[in-house]
Amino acid sequence: MSKIKLLTDGFVKNNPTFVLLLGMCPTLATTTSAINGLSMGLATLFVLVLSNMAISLIAPVVPDKVHIPVYIVVIATFVTLLQLLMQAYTPAMYETLGLFIPLIVVNCIVLGRAEAFANKHGVGESALDGIGVGLGFTCSLTVLGLVREILGSGSAFGWNFIGGSDGMLAFVMAPGAFLCLGYLMVLFNKYLKKN
Amino acid sequence: MAAKSNLTNMVLVLGVTCLFCSAVLGGAYALTKDPIDAAAAAKTQQAVAQVLPHFESLEFNEEGNYYTAKDGDATVGYAIESTVVGFGGPLSLMVGVTVDGVVYNTSVLSHTETPGLGAKCSTDAKFMDQWRGFDPAVKILSVKKDGGDVDAITASTITSRAYTLAVENALKVFDTISVIPGVTGNLSEMADQVGHDDNEEGGQDNE
Repeated sequence: MSKIKLLTDGFVKNNPTFVLLLGMCPTLATTTSAINGLSMGLATLFVLVLSNMAISLIAPVVPDKVHIPVYIVVIATFVTLLQLLMQAYTPAMYETLGLFIPLIVVNCIVLGRAEAFANKHGVGESALDGIGVGLGFTCSLTVLGLVREILGSGSAFGWNFIGGSDGMLAFVMAPGAFLCLGYLMVLFNKYLKKN
Repeated sequence: MAAKSNLTNMVLVLGVTCLFCSAVLGGAYALTKDPIDAAAAAKTQQAVAQVLPHFESLEFNEEGNYYTAKDGDATVGYAIESTVVGFGGPLSLMVGVTVDGVVYNTSVLSHTETPGLGAKCSTDAKFMDQWRGFDPAVKILSVKKDGGDVDAITASTITSRAYTLAVENALKVFDTISVIPGVTGNLSEMADQVGHDDNEEGGQDNE
């Protein structure tokens, strides 16, 4: 498998949000604005790359029957590390995402990539896979967040273009999240995945 | 590929993994503890600075959950933390009350109100500005719908009522501080002793 294909697979063929439909909880909950989606995506990217690398290294010595608990401990360690670092150095971002950071532990993308890819491949390939899938997740979340922010608050990346009045509030709330996700999924599969 | 499982290697691998991970996290905790504490202190300092006029030092009173702001020896006012149940969950305010019992300003510490409706309690200028200099001796502290003088946020009466209640609770705390002069003295002396360390940190952040 070529290295470039490893990276692009995460965007299109294995896009976590629009194709695999993994990690829906943080996807729907944090994408109230483009910035929030982007931050959550990057946080997941960080954990995904590191856990993929660590798991590809330890996989050969981990006994089959306890591999899930071992992987979860590794993932949880990186998530807690991320949480402490964010709390210390980016308190404002931690305030917005704080509740959802611990949930990265149970984000099925992370364990999914460990199971499906990292434990069968080398460190380098696993890192690339982590970057690809992580960036795919980040982009999907940013796009979803952007669409919801434009419709719901009339702004893009915090820049308001309808002069302080309200947008269609439903899109900031949960029902709008499902609607946007559904339509984006249709568009994604129709135009991008075909090629 | 994965190794074959037997009791020895399962116990060994799980044990070593957990030990290693706890060690890493312990180290990370020790390294980030100071910046995390500093960030929390800066946040409090900022919230208090927003709701009170200029002050030099802060003393925290754990019992009443309020800060006494002092400029030199003179008390400038009290920043009182007040949490009530809003429309979507806890609504937490910092209420600044000057020594004469007038609300100087309020700010929202945290809330889970509906975006675009109740959430305006932390962004809507018209709603927030009415708390500047709100004198409970002159105005009635309840929303207009209930016969008071507080302009509610459009379509968010429950949030506005909760906000009003939070301010009312803060003023009740203020009354316990200032009704009997003797008690005030005792309380601030206690705060002196209890909050001595906090006070030093607060002083540094202020620079």
